[in-house]
Amino acid sequence: MKKVQFQSRWLPYLLLLPQLAIVTIFFLWPAAEAVQSSFYLEDPFGFGSTFVGLDNFTDTLTSSDYGRVARFTAVFTFFVTFLSLGIALLLAVKADKVLRGASAYKTLLMWVYAVAPPVAGLIGVLLFDQHVGPMVDFFAMFGWKMQIGVDYFDTSFAMLTTAVWKQIPVNFIFFLSGLQGISKSVQEAASIDCRSGLRRFWTVTFPLLAPTGFFLLIINITYAFFDTFGIVDVIVKNEPGNNPVTLVYKVYLDGFRGNDLGGSSAQSVILMAMVFILTIIQFRLIERRVHYT
Amino acid sequence: MAYRKTVASLVAAAALLGTSSASYAATDISWWHAMGGRLGEVVVDISNGFNGSQDACQITPVFKGTYEETLTAGIAAFRAGEQPNILQVFDAGAATIIGAKGAVIPAQDILENAGATFNIEDYIDGVRYFYADSDGKMIGMPFNSSTPILYTNEEALKKAGVEAPKTWEEFEAIAPKLKEAGYVPLAQSHLPWIFTENFKSRHNLQFATNNNGYDGAEGTKLVFGEPIKNHFTAVKGWLDDGLFGYYGTGWGDNQTPFNEGKVAMWLGSSGSFGGISKTVEFPFSATYLPYWDSVEGAGTGTFIGGAALFAMSGKPDEENKCVASFYEYLTSPEVQYMWHKETGYVPITNAAYELAKKDGYYKEAPAAEIGIKQLTLPGGEWTKGYRMGFYVQIRDVMNREYGKIMSGETSVEDAFATIEAEGNKLLERFAKTTSN
Repeated sequence: MKKVQFQSRWLPYLLLLPQLAIVTIFFLWPAAEAVQSSFYLEDPFGFGSTFVGLDNFTDTLTSSDYGRVARFTAVFTFFVTFLSLGIALLLAVKADKVLRGASAYKTLLMWVYAVAPPVAGLIGVLLFDQHVGPMVDFFAMFGWKMQIGVDYFDTSFAMLTTAVWKQIPVNFIFFLSGLQGISKSVQEAASIDCRSGLRRFWTVTFPLLAPTGFFLLIINITYAFFDTFGIVDVIVKNEPGNNPVTLVYKVYLDGFRGNDLGGSSAQSVILMAMVFILTIIQFRLIERRVHYT
Repeated sequence: MAYRKTVASLVAAAALLGTSSASYAATDISWWHAMGGRLGEVVVDISNGFNGSQDACQITPVFKGTYEETLTAGIAAFRAGEQPNILQVFDAGAATIIGAKGAVIPAQDILENAGATFNIEDYIDGVRYFYADSDGKMIGMPFNSSTPILYTNEEALKKAGVEAPKTWEEFEAIAPKLKEAGYVPLAQSHLPWIFTENFKSRHNLQFATNNNGYDGAEGTKLVFGEPIKNHFTAVKGWLDDGLFGYYGTGWGDNQTPFNEGKVAMWLGSSGSFGGISKTVEFPFSATYLPYWDSVEGAGTGTFIGGAALFAMSGKPDEENKCVASFYEYLTSPEVQYMWHKETGYVPITNAAYELAKKDGYYKEAPAAEIGIKQLTLPGGEWTKGYRMGFYVQIRDVMNREYGKIMSGETSVEDAFATIEAEGNKLLERFAKTTSN
């Protein structure tokens, strides 16, 4: 590596300043505020507040509903990540082999990426609407009477389908470019050694794709945790009722819809801790198995 | 016709506005509201009417999204010292804004300080005390006020050879006939509002301790007796027998099947009147929210839902004077009548109701009168409303548990035990936000 020397010892700090300022203003400061207000019960208008110690945390963690939301979030995150990575990988492998009309296929698979989550949610709502949704009619042919907004499982299914559909393209783009980055000579050498395409894929292609896969895993978990907010919001129509919601959506419901600043702050602190731990686990356990070339 | 005149003067005022504005220094006041679509247009009409009616004040309405979003925006603005002069806050948010001592100037004070006369008796019964404090002082100025009523598909009733029920006992008698005629007999759009809050009011039953919460947040607890549990047991029975349709928590999901003629009777808001009359293709009518004859003392009036206007504190005197004169304009019979007719919300003053009657409006549209007639039914100890904090979340708990009752995930008894436990926990937490 070539070493770059700065003339002044302040210049590197100056150049770092904008980034540091952004992190401070948009992350550190709000995070500190959240930690602080998680110890108070506060009148939203700011007239009175009571220090309640850890009450907000115990209230949150002991409520039956929070447990249900957390379980749903875990299951939802697992399936969104697993399905959107799996399907995208399958599509990428197949698309990689296509020679004729490849760009047309790719474009067809990728355009969904440009759809914003709330719009995706809206499309999901239209498809799964209990009165006019074509998907509801479709499943009715198989004897499944879907009722979004009434049946917990049906609503989860609609949310999951929409979230996965929305995320496949971005995974597809990365997997495809990952696949195209694998050198032809390696692949040819592998096909001489082994006739089974499936085995070749698992022993040669997949490990070579691992850095891409690991990156996507993190991106997808973050997506399922946070970015599905818009989809959840549109599908439950701002009325949680007996519908599945994610942890982030609950922070919003209690904080912005219900004006419970203390409780909502406690939830976001818990969420922050969870994401922090999850990230450490990911880097400690999984990244060790990933080989970067 | 008074109504025509009002519209004409509004139009004239709006036209004038274009030419004469900015020629003098009027005091500007702002009004943040949650009235979208057609309602938002009428809000603009009212504002233009007010601006044209005098020279001293200029009001600017700003649409801020849903009720929840409007309240949150108002709170954030207040904390930043950028609050609007008038903020529209919905029924479930009333405890939050009234509980924050010093955030608002009571409607009664702002009017009296400006030298205007104020008599709470001028307002119709069901409206009068909902946004008042425990001493009966009006804090929020009721604005869009509605109450749950039963809409009926006249064609369906005729086909089944039945009449709209007055009581739930009557409903149970006619529902099978409606089912036979090929309809889902009944649906509703808001279980907490219609089957809980107004159920309590219609049967004159206590909803919460501390005088339904009006006497203070501390120690307020929900009260659920046998009548409401029996009601939900009955509703679940109707659902299982195909006599009742439940389409989730969303308002529209439940109204759509009625509009499409699949559901024979629908419990919605008196404010839905305007929308229904424009949408449905069958003759429809409306009647009072049914009650259980078996519950002693039942048949009392309901209270209002909707929202009220709150004058935010921390504004200069001349702006507050303008807010007062806007309130006076808003509550004038002509403006109230126009609002009533255009939107279906009830007129909030007796004078406006009289004007609508005199004008013969209810002769052409008898169903439009049901809401206000129900609000003016004889009241009782528990019919003036309720005041509970974190009520948005309490409603969410109700919706969740009621949803579980409907889907069979829980029993009525367990659901109410959960609502009581979690609701009381929320009330207890809310009490801590207001104390210092």
